[in-house]
Amino acid sequence: MNGFENILSDLLVHSPALIVAIPLLGAFLTPFFGKVHNTARNTFVLIIVLLTSFFSFLLVHDILVNGNIHTYVFGGGSALTSGGFAVRILFQVDGLNAFMAIIATLFAIVGVIYSWSFMKEHTGLSKYYTLYLLMIAGIFGMVLTGDMFNFFVFLEITSIASCALIAFYTNKGKAVDAGFKYIVVSATGALFVLFAIAILYGQYNALNIAVLASNIQFSFLDRIALVLLISGLAMKAGIVPMHMWLPDAYGRAPSSVTLLLIVATQASLYGALRMIFTLFGGQLSRSVNEVGGIEINVNLLIGAVLVGLAILTIFVGVLMALKESDFKRMIGFAAVAEIGYMILAIGAALTIMFSVNDLETSRLALNGGIFHIFNDALDVGLLFLVAGAVYYATKETSLNRLGGLARNMKYTTVFFLIGLLAVAGMPPMNGFSSKLIIYQSTFLVNPILSIIAILCSILLLAVFVKVFYSAFLGPKQAKYEKVKEAPKSMLVAMAIVAGIILFIGLFPDIFISNVVEPATRALVNSGEYIQYIMGVI
Amino acid sequence: MLDQLSQLLNSLTTNSGFWNPLVWGLAIIIAFLIIYILRGYGKKDYKKGTEQAKVFLSGNPEYEKEKMHVKSSNVYWGFMESLKWLYNVLDKMHTGNVSDYILWFVVIMGIFFIILGVI
Amino acid sequence: MIYNIPYIAVVTLVLIGLYAVIMKRNLIKIVIGITLIESGVNLFLITLAYREDSVAPIYHGSGMRLMSLPVPHALTLTSIVIGVAVLALMLSLIIHIYKHYGTLDAKEIGRKEE
Repeated sequence: MNGFENILSDLLVHSPALIVAIPLLGAFLTPFFGKVHNTARNTFVLIIVLLTSFFSFLLVHDILVNGNIHTYVFGGGSALTSGGFAVRILFQVDGLNAFMAIIATLFAIVGVIYSWSFMKEHTGLSKYYTLYLLMIAGIFGMVLTGDMFNFFVFLEITSIASCALIAFYTNKGKAVDAGFKYIVVSATGALFVLFAIAILYGQYNALNIAVLASNIQFSFLDRIALVLLISGLAMKAGIVPMHMWLPDAYGRAPSSVTLLLIVATQASLYGALRMIFTLFGGQLSRSVNEVGGIEINVNLLIGAVLVGLAILTIFVGVLMALKESDFKRMIGFAAVAEIGYMILAIGAALTIMFSVNDLETSRLALNGGIFHIFNDALDVGLLFLVAGAVYYATKETSLNRLGGLARNMKYTTVFFLIGLLAVAGMPPMNGFSSKLIIYQSTFLVNPILSIIAILCSILLLAVFVKVFYSAFLGPKQAKYEKVKEAPKSMLVAMAIVAGIILFIGLFPDIFISNVVEPATRALVNSGEYIQYIMGVI
Repeated sequence: MLDQLSQLLNSLTTNSGFWNPLVWGLAIIIAFLIIYILRGYGKKDYKKGTEQAKVFLSGNPEYEKEKMHVKSSNVYWGFMESLKWLYNVLDKMHTGNVSDYILWFVVIMGIFFIILGVI
Repeated sequence: MIYNIPYIAVVTLVLIGLYAVIMKRNLIKIVIGITLIESGVNLFLITLAYREDSVAPIYHGSGMRLMSLPVPHALTLTSIVIGVAVLALMLSLIIHIYKHYGTLDAKEIGRKEE
């Protein structure tokens, strides 16, 4: 027993590097297995993903239960080079990183199980699985790293792998065009992020987030770097008016790829949060001298801008979703609206972060925003899986030609109903818990925000009721007489997601106090993140 | 005992009391039971196959079932018509041209820069 | 003043690249614009490495002088490799788009429904 615990603790020390290294190695070994037999390759991919999830759960369990922060310097030794320069590559995992790692692990497993039978009839599957594992490795790297340039490299790895996967259906022109738009937008955003990283390196001679955060001042160049970082990462996260690539890319990619694309979008949102709260965390309480002699706090300024963009995002997302008639594009616009909810809560929390008697409200708003990241991924992911199942059964994507599918695809209809109620925020599902927290906390900041949020939530329900009516209800159509239920592995994947939705919906308090609270604490106390590295130095 | 009950009921802490999803789920199930019982009080004596059981469409003829299904682009027609001015603006914004996507990025970066950097 | 010329060149390159991406309608010109932005950012990374009166970090035969770190050069090499991968991906996607649509005009491809 003692030897087993020693092995586990050794594996725990090395787990941040293993979580990224195992999918990377698996991605390069997959074509060899592909040459042997298809089922051997599929099993190999599933084993790799399960091994990665084992290490990920080991790491997450230790962080959330014991409250440590894990640091892993590549190459061993201290976090500085021998001259005192903070340029070594290191992974630093605290509560917020553990939260994003849970999301990435869960969707990696669900995605691989789903694509077992969704992609069975296509050729070129070895390349598909290789790129899929590369995308998983890129997402984990983006989420676990503590170094700025490393974040940029993993951001580019994820966008290159996902662009090639979006353009998977090369027999028609639509998907290739969507992939082209995605890579242009992605490359431009990432290049501006690199520009900002170069500005910060030139001033402070450090690439490590913790060291930069303890040395940073709010000079003119730092403000330019903040603007470039937020704009570049906001474009990758899909905030209006830079959101237009999102329905194209989500709507024309295969459904199992869209599932991971949602997680990649939210990892970019996590990057923006990390930059605002941790990198510029110490400067948020400083007051800036405005034109005309007025003094405004920095956090009020950034928070107000984020809240304004969030309201615009929610409105545009919902209104464009009401007009669409293509199944997956409509869910893509709804995903844009949901990202608006996250930014609304976080922006509202940012505006009142330092006022003394509103501290509890700002913590509540941050709880709601971060909890909504997980819930939104689950809900919209389930809807995309159902859309994929409908496409697999009927080969039809336009809602104008579907109808009466509930007679043949019973389980798929039930899963769609669960996803619909979850997105709209009905009580036994998880969407209700996080949206209620968002409504209450934004009401205490300003009542208008909460009214807009509730109104657009009702409109979102209207969007999906339209989909449910025209695709699943209605009389029996003659051409869909022989449509069969979706294959077993797709049903298993949808059942896992629906089960987690119901579990979190019925017992939200367990989830909030154990998983979301450490993430919020880690986000607000940037000092702990910095002290861990600076104290060792 | 009362203390434990209130502990169980306040399980989603949003400073407002009764937001326990288990209680809500139970309430929804009880509501469905009541609706089902009320439905059982309906009339059972109607003549099948005669005019009493046919669909009434304000005197319009009833087509075959497949053509009666409302297509999804037409479901919210009234809403779309009354907001036509808004949808014209939104449609012109979503062109599909990749240069426009980067144009919006530069516009937002410029606005941010003026707000955060200069002012 | 002469030490500011690389920075002026960086801003010029980035602005010309952004102009090409936003205003041009041919897809290949958009790709060239992205490459120009990338060249500008790489030039910026290398320019940041020089400190005044410093020399390359080789100990032997230079005495105890101020040396400049080679870290940005490593970052630039990584960035050039990433840029090559993105460029190859974009050009191969353009070949597919041309084969299916027959045109390279970004405005016409935007709303094609096939």
